[in-house]
Amino acid sequence: MGKTTFVGAVSEIVPLTTEAVMTDASAGIDDVGLTPHKTTTTVAMDFGRVSLDQDLILYLFGTPGQHRFWFMWDDLVRGAIGAVVLVDTRRLADSFPAVDYFEEAQLPFVVGLNGFGGHHPHSENEVREALTLSSHVPVVRTDARNRDSVKGTLITLVEHALTMRVAVPDGNRA
Amino acid sequence: MAGGGWSNEPYPPVDDAHRYYGGSTNPGQSTPPPSPERSSLVRPYAVTGGRTAARLQLAMEALVSSATSIHQDLSILTPERQAISSLCRQVRSVAEISALLRMPLGVVRVVVGDMAAEGLVHVHQPQLDAGKPDLNLLERVLSGLRRL
Repeated sequence: MGKTTFVGAVSEIVPLTTEAVMTDASAGIDDVGLTPHKTTTTVAMDFGRVSLDQDLILYLFGTPGQHRFWFMWDDLVRGAIGAVVLVDTRRLADSFPAVDYFEEAQLPFVVGLNGFGGHHPHSENEVREALTLSSHVPVVRTDARNRDSVKGTLITLVEHALTMRVAVPDGNRA
Repeated sequence: MAGGGWSNEPYPPVDDAHRYYGGSTNPGQSTPPPSPERSSLVRPYAVTGGRTAARLQLAMEALVSSATSIHQDLSILTPERQAISSLCRQVRSVAEISALLRMPLGVVRVVVGDMAAEGLVHVHQPQLDAGKPDLNLLERVLSGLRRL
């Protein structure tokens, strides 16, 4: 929810869309075989880029949160710094799969409460409890339309990734 | 915005000649609606000779730059390779090539992998430490973000 807006708020380019092909294998047991002329499904993924230095470019990829898109996440998490789980507090349950996935993948993530017009109906603690997040996972309020807010969320994520790298050696995660 | 050099230049317009897979082709011609075969995604893999596995494990964010000179005659290359060579005069990620040329990611990976093997492009893969960005990279990203 608000992924493309979030990416667009800091991206130096209008977010681009690339297509990944969901094959029968990645779609699992699916009904694609029943549709003549349709053996694959494409999934759009938006992304933006931020040049941080002469030789350093940060790419931000926005992918849908539902289970069936996990095949794309497997590709994305390899080499990724971390993830921002953008949460609409009116639909908290939508975020369960993403949280599960990143915990399992041991990818640093922060939870961003996307408040429209600065409206946040639930507190950080309520969300933390509802998502049963470990105490070290940052929960921040963010506004996907606001550049400074998005920038702040990304800084929190990278700080968190650094903290986890320094504090928690591989395979010994709390 | 921090940075400079190639990284900050805007995209040149991508003309229609590059858009092999982007919907309607054959402008000016009244063509029948595309046949099922043409609208399926099997077609793009024809340019890879049907291969779906790339020679290189290319990350979506891997950067690609053209190794051919602007004076070199690219007309001997396939249209896909010409398009990638021209586009990557500015450094682009694999994801950008896919988006700007409207080629599925998997196809871009195969073609770029082949082009790298033949010396047509340089590929700059992200520097990873056991599959994760190394500490130095994280610190650079952090200070870069703070400067934005």
